[in-house]
Amino acid sequence: MYRYDRTDQQIIDQRVAQYRDQIRRHLAGQLSTDELRPLRLQNGLYIQRHGPMLRIAIPYGMLSATQLRKLAEISRRYDRSVGHFTTRQNMQLNWPKFEETPDILAELASVEMHAVQTSGNCVRNITTDQFAGVAPDELTDPRPYCELLRQWSTFHPEFAFLPRKFKIAVNAATADRAVIRAHDIGLDLIRDDSGEIGFRVFVGGGLGRTPILGKMVREFLPRRHMLSYLEAILRVYNRYGRRDNMYKARIKILVQALGIEDFGRQIEEEWSYQQDGPSTVPDEEFERIARHFDPPARETLPAEDALHAARFRNDRAFANWVRRCVHAHRTPGYAAVTLSLKAPGAAPGDITEAQMIAVADLAERFSFGELRVTHEQNIVLADVRQRDLHEVWQIARRQRLATANIGLLTDMICCPGGDLCALANARSVPIAAAVNEKFDDLDYLYDIGDISLNISGCMNSCGHHHVANIGILGVDKNDEEWYQITVGGQQGNTATIGKVIGPSFYAQEVPEVIEALISVYLEQRTPGERFIDTLQRIGLDPFKARAYVGRDRRRSAKVETRELVNA
Amino acid sequence: MPRIIKHHQIVDDPWQILTLTDGETPGTVALPAAPVLLPLAVWLARRDEILARYQQPGVWLDSDEDPEALAGDIARLTVIGVNFPKFTDGRGYSSARLLRERYHYAGEIRAIGDVLQDQLFFMRRCGIDAYALRPDKNLEQALAGLSVFSETYQAGVDQPQPLFLRRLTEATA
Repeated sequence: MYRYDRTDQQIIDQRVAQYRDQIRRHLAGQLSTDELRPLRLQNGLYIQRHGPMLRIAIPYGMLSATQLRKLAEISRRYDRSVGHFTTRQNMQLNWPKFEETPDILAELASVEMHAVQTSGNCVRNITTDQFAGVAPDELTDPRPYCELLRQWSTFHPEFAFLPRKFKIAVNAATADRAVIRAHDIGLDLIRDDSGEIGFRVFVGGGLGRTPILGKMVREFLPRRHMLSYLEAILRVYNRYGRRDNMYKARIKILVQALGIEDFGRQIEEEWSYQQDGPSTVPDEEFERIARHFDPPARETLPAEDALHAARFRNDRAFANWVRRCVHAHRTPGYAAVTLSLKAPGAAPGDITEAQMIAVADLAERFSFGELRVTHEQNIVLADVRQRDLHEVWQIARRQRLATANIGLLTDMICCPGGDLCALANARSVPIAAAVNEKFDDLDYLYDIGDISLNISGCMNSCGHHHVANIGILGVDKNDEEWYQITVGGQQGNTATIGKVIGPSFYAQEVPEVIEALISVYLEQRTPGERFIDTLQRIGLDPFKARAYVGRDRRRSAKVETRELVNA
Repeated sequence: MPRIIKHHQIVDDPWQILTLTDGETPGTVALPAAPVLLPLAVWLARRDEILARYQQPGVWLDSDEDPEALAGDIARLTVIGVNFPKFTDGRGYSSARLLRERYHYAGEIRAIGDVLQDQLFFMRRCGIDAYALRPDKNLEQALAGLSVFSETYQAGVDQPQPLFLRRLTEATA
């Protein structure tokens, strides 16, 4: 993975000093609460329901075992020995002390980490495929491009006070695992007919109050132009994005208002001044960064390990785990492993200090000392020998990290919700727990098969409910928690925004409603059909009808759809 | 006399800023004694009169005004003010870069409005070289804001070569 040189380290060290001084000035009464707010947000510090929350950057989800150990130590010394992984592949600490946050950032800097731009109206953490560099369906490793974008976006002087937050994701595989079309800019790495590497550029995607999928603004952008072209997009957005209404300030609203053709013309015109300027990236720089991501010293192994195959045949529990949590790898004899952070009873995406240490150990022993955080809030060990899978499974199982539910109903993306977040209309973790209780039988989950269920506690949509097959959104009606349900959303190449099925439900109804939706699928499916396939074939109505059977919903729910701005 | 930060120093500064109040129009507002930064609308309405009257004309751009409007007059202006109505309004950074990089403006660009210590580094990188800080702020302390980082990744007005190009030069030197 990328290692800092002296300059990278110096920039991060100076950031810690700057932040420490800002907090000092604030405590000395020289920097008001309002003045500090955007500054601390650009260092990941929120003031939440119970106190501060610190969001630590994990650039494109990559972590070393050393870094994870440091996160474990920080969680113990400065928090309550637990961290929470987010859909931007970051980690949140929910109980830090305000005065200690400069010390936490200094601790992070000691292992080449930071909390730069994990919030605020600036370019946020770049995200990508958790299987980058090992996926068999990958054109080229997307991480060097992400790292270049990380450096370019870090303290960009022109774009630190954009109209609103700005999210970029990069995909380089046949199957998009980074939800690029749900981002302000989605970059799809491709090769043109001459073999040159470049990007298909999507712009104006985003979830939140107005979910929109990104539109293609350029069919092929040679990679050397990536920074100047992105600067052109950001400049047009910075100048003309709406600032009068923060709910309409994302770039998607500008793209929608102008239309993609007109927006594209403005970008091309702006870019014409910058094209081939000093921000043009030479091949040597791509190569320099790419060397940081050279494959580890893997062994030459047979494609199938005989011992592993025997264990797979003879141990049903192990085989179930392999089917759901072990993924294809481009190198024979190796596999990628997802450690599930969705065990029954655990808050989705939460990881304890002990689990962090255990995962760091696993990464060191079995996966070249590296791991990745997924946007689905799990962890990936990307380079495990097949013959080691059984041992990894046994250790992970002891740590409750081996629930064989990846891609199943209980592998929910879920925001922290109203228990912690100041914005949430409703709690989300108890809904996840209730779903887990209702669907606690693994065989039943396997029978239901591939399905996505995501939960957001409010319109900000941190839980990505819009792009789930079944999405649950917490809404507030007369100070009561209600839940609106959408179906038909999807991630990936066929990304789709789900549709609302009707009036919202009480919390205690949600698991029953999900069961009702599932029962329609189980009754109607044809062999090989997933939930989403059946839904697309037979349409929304049968699901809708079943969800409301026996429920009195004469008055249509008035839903609070205001998207709030975190602070 | 008010003081500002200019070229990394605190200096006395006589420039006034003319703002149109209710009932005043660009065509009729009284032009004050020099030196003064005039609103863009006044400049556009009375350019010849202003050039005849002031040795050193100055104009200020609000955050929703396009620097393109000054493209033809760049060489005539001594000071261009870029207003930050709120410190979270980042349009002025783009305006300053356009003035420097696209229109090659070589005179003073002055940040006015809600100008605070923690913006100065970004402003400097975008080509702003004078800073009229909000009056309640301590200028001596704010000076530190200009030099928070000793190295930067991106190209800017202050450093037209992005770090990656300089890294490559270093590696091959």
